[in-house]
Amino acid sequence: MNIRKTKDLLMKNSIFGIAGFNIIIVFLIFFFVFTNSMKFFTSFPIGNFFLGKEWISLSDKYGLLPLFMGSFWVTLVALGISVPLSIITAIYIAEYASSKTRERLKVLIETMAALPSVVLGYIGLYVLSNPIKEFFGLNTGLTALTGGILLAFMSIPTMVSISDDSIRALDNSYKEASLALGANKLETIIKIILPAAFPGIFAGIMLGFGRIIGETMTVLMVTGNAPILDSGILSPVRTLTATIAAEMGEVVQGSTHYYSLFAVALILFAISFATNTIADHFIHKSRKTMGK
Amino acid sequence: MSILKGKGEKIIESFIKTIGLLSILPVVLILGYIIFTGVPAISWNFLSQAPKDGMRAGGILPAIIGSLYLTLGTIVVSVPFGILTGVYLVEYSKDNWIRRTINLTIVNLAGIPSIIYGLFGMAFFVIYMKMGASILAGSLTLGIMCLPVIITATRESLLAVPNHLREASLALGATKWETIWKVILPAGSPGILTGVILSISRAAGETAPIMFTVAAFYLPFLPESIWDQAMTLPYHLYVISTQVPNMPKANMDGTLFVLVSITVGFNVLGAYVRTKFKQR
Repeated sequence: MNIRKTKDLLMKNSIFGIAGFNIIIVFLIFFFVFTNSMKFFTSFPIGNFFLGKEWISLSDKYGLLPLFMGSFWVTLVALGISVPLSIITAIYIAEYASSKTRERLKVLIETMAALPSVVLGYIGLYVLSNPIKEFFGLNTGLTALTGGILLAFMSIPTMVSISDDSIRALDNSYKEASLALGANKLETIIKIILPAAFPGIFAGIMLGFGRIIGETMTVLMVTGNAPILDSGILSPVRTLTATIAAEMGEVVQGSTHYYSLFAVALILFAISFATNTIADHFIHKSRKTMGK
Repeated sequence: MSILKGKGEKIIESFIKTIGLLSILPVVLILGYIIFTGVPAISWNFLSQAPKDGMRAGGILPAIIGSLYLTLGTIVVSVPFGILTGVYLVEYSKDNWIRRTINLTIVNLAGIPSIIYGLFGMAFFVIYMKMGASILAGSLTLGIMCLPVIITATRESLLAVPNHLREASLALGATKWETIWKVILPAGSPGILTGVILSISRAAGETAPIMFTVAAFYLPFLPESIWDQAMTLPYHLYVISTQVPNMPKANMDGTLFVLVSITVGFNVLGAYVRTKFKQR
């Protein structure tokens, strides 16, 4: 009897400790990124980092702008493709597809999410980059466009499944009221269902954006790794994430270069924190509209 | 008359249907490509030999074994931790700042870019804790990355366990832990298992977090302990498709096929567990 009670107490305390450990882990990650970034900012002027137009680690130039532009172009392409496609696909799955088609589509969309990013990088290198090079008459097929197309592909599953969930979670009374007033199905979808499901759809878009901005291997492999400020959709670029991945291996521990990568990570950290907070807010909001 | 009526409606609706179906075309094409080029490249020698001649010949056995060790290590780190944290959130915690902080940390851990896990793993486990690039450091890094999915899956599954099960067990004189261990966890296990499988599938395909915490460029033998570096499938695919000149395409396609079979295979398994659970 006593052993059982002791065991119960022991487990209670261990579980409490383990749960608390998660807080410590997040604190540790933030602490390491933050303190190492601060070591960078004490030896490198913060203004030159944020406004610097060149990232050349060999000559100790750590300007964020070219990397920022790289991430910007890739994200622009990816969102430009994935947002409209995902919303339309979610409407189709939630409102038009038969239940059999819906199940099959959802399986394929989940499979999309299961493909590792290095696999998409490989597809970009050996399947996608050549047609892009030929079609636009470029010197290289490794561009922001190539990366953006693949990232769109990676973010579609997140966006579709969250949008589909939030459309289907809507109370049927919305639809019935609209149809009863004489609106047809399409009018109901565009004027009633989409606005009502908007918080959920927006949360899905934010989470998809988080995947796009945080993705590393695909952009490392297919965007050409060129930190150029004067870039565009059809030029080689280098993103924030790819910079960390590409330079971490060659960096001298404890050098300004080493700490500069943590400063880039701090920026990414801030973006992902903001993205998640916004997404979380909209997910709660959409639960409220659904009365759950 | 609005364009949403009559003829306009028909046109827009067929547009929606076409796009809805076309959006899955790329995944079908990619899977088709991987199977079509990958299957002919697979042979027993390819699966059972170490790479030779600077990786341009031979097979991928060390990468398969390395990935296997790393996946097992990830499970050992993340599964007990994740499940017990989920248990805490549902069974023990009250609505106070600790629970809110943990929920906030889960949301944010889930959104941190994988390369930051890699950077943290390298700075903390490899350098600060002096583990060196090793299976241990890589497993810890990937394990932390898997935590949010496992915690969330556990939390949602346990919340779905009806309260009368808890009450019945406690009324029979069982302690709280006995109730959790013998009644609640088994009842929630299909959902927890699905979360575990999906997060492991994710971890098995990750490259960025392991590039500088465990992965070896070229290591034509098997790792002997958790302190060793190891080749892994995703990093190997990255290396041979970007760093090795004149790499035979068949070797790359074969590696691609094996990697995708494993990650998609895990995913199919996860979907199977979930549908089985739904039928009950």
